[in-house]
Amino acid sequence: IQADGTDGNCVTFVLHDEDHTLGNSLRYMVMKNPDVEFCGYCITHPSESKINFRIQTRGALPAVEPFRKGLNDLMGVCQHVLNTFERSMKEYRAQR
Amino acid sequence: QSFRVDVIREEGDTLEFDMVGIDAAIANAFRRILLAEVPTMAVEKVFVYNNTSIVQDEILAHRLGLIPIRADPRLFEYRNQGDQEGTEIDTLQFQLKIKCRRNPQAAKESSDPDELYINHKVYSKHMTWVPLGNQTDLFPDADFRPVHDDILIALLRPGQEIDVLMHCVKGIGKDHAKFSPVATASYRLLPDITLLKPIEDEAAETLQKCFSPGVIEVQNIKGKKVARVANARLDTFSREVFRHEGLKNLVRLARVRNHYIFSVESTGILPPDVLVSEAIKILIGKCQRFLNELDSVPME
Repeated sequence: IQADGTDGNCVTFVLHDEDHTLGNSLRYMVMKNPDVEFCGYCITHPSESKINFRIQTRGALPAVEPFRKGLNDLMGVCQHVLNTFERSMKEYRAQR
Repeated sequence: QSFRVDVIREEGDTLEFDMVGIDAAIANAFRRILLAEVPTMAVEKVFVYNNTSIVQDEILAHRLGLIPIRADPRLFEYRNQGDQEGTEIDTLQFQLKIKCRRNPQAAKESSDPDELYINHKVYSKHMTWVPLGNQTDLFPDADFRPVHDDILIALLRPGQEIDVLMHCVKGIGKDHAKFSPVATASYRLLPDITLLKPIEDEAAETLQKCFSPGVIEVQNIKGKKVARVANARLDTFSREVFRHEGLKNLVRLARVRNHYIFSVESTGILPPDVLVSEAIKILIGKCQRFLNELDSVPME
């Protein structure tokens, strides 16, 4: 990871070894945050596997906060999906 | 969140399940991870000691790499970069040693190759596992072999032989497609068919023919035939209904926004529900990696 930005509110993170898989889902999670004014990601060049992830917050909130919150939320969603999926598999198997 | 997962059908290597209440970005992330980032074991290095068949060395090596190996990748580690030898914890060794001979008991004037020659077809069942180091102690009950026994690798004639040693390593689909654990993983959205006005008689019959069988049901109510949407899930969305002038404006075709029908077909290495669980865990692992980096690197 590298961070780059003029002031604490709008920061561009460069994430190495990532592509649309994490970029799009992380963007979706960060957009749900009402403090975020702008959030986007782009792939600098398709031959290199790194993405530019930009977050801009309104007010004085440092941009690292929504990034961290987005990652935690995404982990929470995945955990919930995992639990629900495993529960349904068990029910399906028990019922067959 | 109002989210649920329903398992619709599981048969052998195929799993079909629904995810309701999830967004496109995350559904797509799961699909991408299933295809490219769930690790498996596959043949990577082939040491050719003797190959007098007409299949070239590199073609033979390519074919051997694509054979799915029944070995749980979670028991192994990735090989370190630049490590040529391979240790017990990251490599599986297989041997393929076969020689074709003429069959002395064949009838004269027979032209059937199955009768004339012994061992002229090299199948994946001829690959044998050669334990490395202490692998016999680490995996006492394991039986590492290719998933399918009847994959044809090469054809031989009398006098030709193949003697190769293969090293299998753990890898991901992003590196080479042979490491992909699914035959395919796809999703589609649930169709949503609404009839704007009641449709009767012959129009009902034509409507039923426009859609895939089972989607529209024609019922007899008070002597008149009325059409009803029975099971929208089976529809393949061919839009045939818009070619008929009379029915065009009476039907609305759409998709339910957050109802995804996933279909995962495994190559046999791991059962498909294990694959989905692994994919979700990999996404969690990625987030964790970045969280750790964020915490360790001081942000200016």
